Amino acid sequence: MATRRGVTLDPEQVSLPARGWAARLPLVAGGVGVAAAAGALLLGAGDRAQLLHSWLVAFLFFVSLALGGLFFVLLQHLTRAGWSVVVRRLAEHVAATMPLFLLLLLPLAFGLHDLYHWSHAEAVAADPLLQHKQPWLNAPFFLTRAVAYLLLWSAMAWWLRRQSQRQDQMGAVVITRRLQRLSAPGMVLFGVTLTLASFDWIMSLDPHWYSTVFGVYFFSGSAVGIFALLIVLALALQRAGALRGVVTFEHFHDLGKLLFGFVVFWAYIAFSQFMLIWYANIPEETAFYAHRWHHGWQTLSIALAVGHFGLPFFLLLLRDVKRHRLGLWAAASWLLVMHWLDLYWLVMPALHEDPAFHLLDPLCLLAVGGLFTATLAALLRRPALVPIQDPRLAESMAFENV
Amino acid sequence: MSDGGRTLWGALAEFHTPAALLQAAEGLRDEGFRSWDAHSPFPVHGLERAMGLRRSPVPLLVLALGLGGAAAGMAMQWWVSVEAYPLVISGKPLFSWPAFVPIMFECGVLGGALGAFFGFLGFSRLPRHHHPLFESQRFARASDDRFFLSIEATDDRFDRDRTPRLLRELGAEHVELVEV
Repeated sequence: MATRRGVTLDPEQVSLPARGWAARLPLVAGGVGVAAAAGALLLGAGDRAQLLHSWLVAFLFFVSLALGGLFFVLLQHLTRAGWSVVVRRLAEHVAATMPLFLLLLLPLAFGLHDLYHWSHAEAVAADPLLQHKQPWLNAPFFLTRAVAYLLLWSAMAWWLRRQSQRQDQMGAVVITRRLQRLSAPGMVLFGVTLTLASFDWIMSLDPHWYSTVFGVYFFSGSAVGIFALLIVLALALQRAGALRGVVTFEHFHDLGKLLFGFVVFWAYIAFSQFMLIWYANIPEETAFYAHRWHHGWQTLSIALAVGHFGLPFFLLLLRDVKRHRLGLWAAASWLLVMHWLDLYWLVMPALHEDPAFHLLDPLCLLAVGGLFTATLAALLRRPALVPIQDPRLAESMAFENV
Repeated sequence: MSDGGRTLWGALAEFHTPAALLQAAEGLRDEGFRSWDAHSPFPVHGLERAMGLRRSPVPLLVLALGLGGAAAGMAMQWWVSVEAYPLVISGKPLFSWPAFVPIMFECGVLGGALGAFFGFLGFSRLPRHHHPLFESQRFARASDDRFFLSIEATDDRFDRDRTPRLLRELGAEHVELVEV
């Protein structure tokens, strides 16, 4: 099929194969997700606190990937990026899974008491600080905000994807201009809501602790997550037979560079947060790190510093790794695991004095992950896998690293 | 090789398109020439491969100086805070490494940047105030709309008669010998 942009593409290059594992994925992953969710609910009935904390980690992991997708799409429009056109549609699909998280929020909505100390009336009555924070940290307003964030992100993600898909038919350049123009306020809304959501969902687990850079910290992890996911996703789609000759080593190289960049950014923000708290040495701030430096959490803290920064830093520094299928796949997969560990490390100390892995951790991950994968795979079935009439498609396909 | 007091520097071949330049560069590479270069008004994708250039050594130098700079930055602060002027600040140990990380980081960036800047200049043998190719009137268009290959006479395979012929066979629109 020839596009109006001087590019010739075969239908197999830009759509998922009708048969094979890619076609069965929505059903299989959805089945696994539902079964795992049922198992988690059964197993967690006796240990609600564990169930909800495990669910929160799984929820945060996948919602952060969807948020990363939203960031990626907004950023490409904002910077009028040419190189990334062939992978932008994938990020549009990842972001468009957002409405699913309104459903996945339900367990949290019914379990606020088991998650958040500030939701207990007697705790608030005995604590002047919680009383001071009550206008913000109270159950009805918390849930309203959570729904509002997810609705806003869903609307943004669906609009971005819808506009881009409409361009597939007509190729109107005016759509590109509109996307560029509205991505600017979109990015501002994204930044503010993501920050508030991270304060609400993660930081308020310990309502006495606060860090003003926390939103950026959560964002940096999400950015690492989306670049890693895009690499893994594009490689998987190429295995299934799609995107061959469209996404090239040049694009993988650039995704690898951005992954490297955000690994460094994550470390920069993580260290900035740590150093200021360590230096000022104020008890209500140091509690966060003191807890994570004792009771066996220390091992996980070191593993996070080495695994989320030290190791991938030197690995992704190498040009050959970024231009090698297996090398890049390994680095990206590793960083997805580390991103999960990061969220686990943020959430779980609120529940456990010492690190204690529970069967509910992988089960919840399987539940949320299965439903996320099923949704994403179903979205990906809608052709095309690249914006075939984007004015910068030819530029993207001819792209080379100098 | 003296010719009326002038020395032969090499041969200059002119091409009209980047494609012709790429093709001729592949030809020279396959012939086994070593002391030669390509000149273009803009970066031509694939030229490094067509010329058979090795990977630049600059990144390795940047890595070495970056890590060296970071190590030196940390060592300097250790020496100042522990050896030279041991002062207890806000009750923290003398060697409070987290406080030293920002400066270590900056020293690493400085080392890497200096390595990139001077490494690039050094390996490219720059700065250089004059080049024998500027003797050619036509070469001025290398920064406008023409593409050139130059072969130095010091190359073992260079031959006053055969090399210009080879360049023409490789598609050069115009070949001249450059003398200084």
